[in-house]
Amino acid sequence: MTKPVEKTTLANGLMVLLKEIHTAPIVSHWVWYRVGSRNEVAGLTGASHWVEHMLFKGTPNFPPSVLDRAVSRDGGYWNALTYLDWTTFFETMPADKIDLALRLEADRMANALFDPQEVASERTVIISERQGNENEPTFLLSEEVQAAAFRVHPYHHEVIGDMADLERMTRDDLYNHYRRYYTPNNAVLAVAGDFDSQQMLARIEELYGAVPPGPSLDWQPRPEPPARGERRVTVEGPGDTTYMMVSYRAPSASEADFFPFTVMDSLLSGASSLNLFGGGISNKTSRLYQALVEKEFAVAVSGGLQATIDPFLYTINLVLHPQRTPEETLAALDEQVEAICAAPLPEQDLARALKQAKALFAYGSESITNQAFWLGFAEMFASYDWFLNYLDRLAAVTPEQVMETARKYLRRQNRVVGIYLPVGSKQQAEEVEA
Amino acid sequence: MSASRNALGFSPSRHSLPGPEDITRVELPNGIVMLVRRNDNSPSVVINGYLEAGSLFEPDDRLGLADFVASALMRGTQRRNFQQIYDTLESVGASLGFNGGVHTTGFGGRCLAEDLPLLFDLLAETLTQPAFPEEQVERLRVQILTELAIRAQDTAEMASLLFDQILYPGHPYSRPEDGYPETVQAITLQDLREFHRRHYGPRGMLLVVVGAVEAGQAVDLAARSLGEWRNPQQPAPIALPPAPILTSLRQERVTVNGKSQADVLLGAVGPERMAPDYTAAAIGNSILGQFGMMGRIGEAVREKAGLAYYAFSSLNAGVGPGPWQIAAGVAPGNVERAIELIRQEVRRFVESPVEEEELADVKANFIGSLPLSLESNGGVAGALVRLERYKLGLDYYQRYEDLVNAVTREDVLRAAQRYLHPERLGIAIAGP
Repeated sequence: MTKPVEKTTLANGLMVLLKEIHTAPIVSHWVWYRVGSRNEVAGLTGASHWVEHMLFKGTPNFPPSVLDRAVSRDGGYWNALTYLDWTTFFETMPADKIDLALRLEADRMANALFDPQEVASERTVIISERQGNENEPTFLLSEEVQAAAFRVHPYHHEVIGDMADLERMTRDDLYNHYRRYYTPNNAVLAVAGDFDSQQMLARIEELYGAVPPGPSLDWQPRPEPPARGERRVTVEGPGDTTYMMVSYRAPSASEADFFPFTVMDSLLSGASSLNLFGGGISNKTSRLYQALVEKEFAVAVSGGLQATIDPFLYTINLVLHPQRTPEETLAALDEQVEAICAAPLPEQDLARALKQAKALFAYGSESITNQAFWLGFAEMFASYDWFLNYLDRLAAVTPEQVMETARKYLRRQNRVVGIYLPVGSKQQAEEVEA
Repeated sequence: MSASRNALGFSPSRHSLPGPEDITRVELPNGIVMLVRRNDNSPSVVINGYLEAGSLFEPDDRLGLADFVASALMRGTQRRNFQQIYDTLESVGASLGFNGGVHTTGFGGRCLAEDLPLLFDLLAETLTQPAFPEEQVERLRVQILTELAIRAQDTAEMASLLFDQILYPGHPYSRPEDGYPETVQAITLQDLREFHRRHYGPRGMLLVVVGAVEAGQAVDLAARSLGEWRNPQQPAPIALPPAPILTSLRQERVTVNGKSQADVLLGAVGPERMAPDYTAAAIGNSILGQFGMMGRIGEAVREKAGLAYYAFSSLNAGVGPGPWQIAAGVAPGNVERAIELIRQEVRRFVESPVEEEELADVKANFIGSLPLSLESNGGVAGALVRLERYKLGLDYYQRYEDLVNAVTREDVLRAAQRYLHPERLGIAIAGP
């Protein structure tokens, strides 16, 4: 029922990937732009995310409220996401309604209004979004850890941007960012589901083919110099719970090390998948859970590697046991890191990591939306072949490679240790009869 | 803009919504009800279900007991310890988990189709032979207490706790399923064992299986692993007392120091899921605070006033009358203004019928989005759980379009007026 993926590039530079899946009367349509916080400099942090919001604020053809009403009326599910390297907009719709998604995305690729009043009202919405994030101790900590890990590279700041910039950025700053990066030659269109590829491609040509290309982009962020020693950051805030983040510099997704690193992560902190939709599995037999949670240094541990264009971070997140100090817990973590660096893994551990990856792949393939997600996502940092070869490349990883990778990356000089220190909680309730 | 076109080559005839033709419903002799639907599109299987062992059975000084028992099931059985249980699961990329609710304790799991026997064995073993090993129970207790400490710092959760107390004084729905630190501290090993012994049993249990498995095979597997289970002590389900009715506006606030944003919850007791006006209320709720970018409330609070990143309504109808509520996250200085805007929208919603166009939009949305909600095995499993739990009938999703289309503007107004009164709302605020 599933045909091979068809990949084409239109004359204006738009890359198109199509995957027919005829298991349900659904089509999922994604437009990916190669722009995210990686493309932002000081003064403009958060611009990509704000621009994403502004694309819901209307074009001459689809005024603001018309846009979301139209998609919802047709039973569609839609959203947009901004991340380090990319921004994406998607609609999953009943197959006979998908034309609307094509029309509106082709339209807002070039025609978003950025009405000054809408920019002003969205400024306070985004500030509110950031304040909601600031309520979370883990956001406050992660923001400081990222800033300590990247002094030079724009991965330095959070996707949502710094408050100072959210308060000051102008309508023109945002519009220029939009015009610079939202061009067909800087975008990937990925569609999966119940359609005929020839008909779909013809319609895409008709709608997207008319969008004029922009100037070619050659954005090279300033590379981060090598780490020359462990950095520590502490954040103090309300609460009774101590959190820790141990973030190591990690390989980018296109580096060969990414695959042994993925196996290492699976053993250390549990199998994680890069699926946006689809279930995960627990990590209670992972080495860190066994050594930290079962030994009562922490009450929860998780870890994850991101697939990024430039080297980003592999972060181990810990919620500390109330009776433990950060130093004790870190020492227990370091024992496990040293063990994985000391000797090659047993073969059976590798086989198990592979079986877990296969299961997560199967869960992810249940959903057409998730399959369409992968078509474009993989193109952001590598190519769709990266996804197709993922399991084979994991299967080719050897115990020695995992050990070498651990030795190369999991060094203290290569990490930031972040600690959230709670300063206690006070609560009062009061009643107001109105 | 070119005119809207029809299909880009899709083929509607192959697809059908779940119904009596492809859902197998079986009742095992011990009372367990099974619903199975096959889907071979992916080599995976999802299981889902519940038992009649919710927090309704807890005494006030042991709140959190049902959830504690549920979480402890996987910590060791009479045959396997914690390590062996998770080794069995995680080695094959499978998952299984339990959590305690008010009326029921739910469970869910997934695996590759080839590992389904293993998942069923583990489900049966954890349900019928948990060991509650003391060391594991104490470790789990610290984890639960830490979660409660984190909850105390979460403005949305604190607003929700307060809101339930305002709306349901003296009613079981005022009690949090995860309890309070002092009630969780008070729970003994004996309490856990006793709760399990009395309340866990096959009567009232639902087991839903969706995925790459033939229905007969799934039923055989379940009968083999759970068919012999009996518990003659299982008490009858507890009848809910009627929900209290607010007679005035009641606003309360809980301070969570050091936070940047306040969470506001506002609303009243809504319908039960099985109430005749549920569908009208659900459509009304979408118009009020969901459709498009969060309905009328999103339009007023987010789009026009720019006060909040989220401002939406939800209808939490279940076995009993859950709250019909509006939630918003706003800067501390904007709380009163947001409440005023929301109350204005509630007033408009109960004073005049919704527009014909709004009603048509939401109906189209409900009908059109149904296949999307059934995209994955997990989505179908959740839908089958609702069929059985709320006695909707196996043909419910096939009748759904007619049910939705039958709702009129007057139906929506009547439902709005029955449940929401702008002068009789509960309002909970949690923030700095």
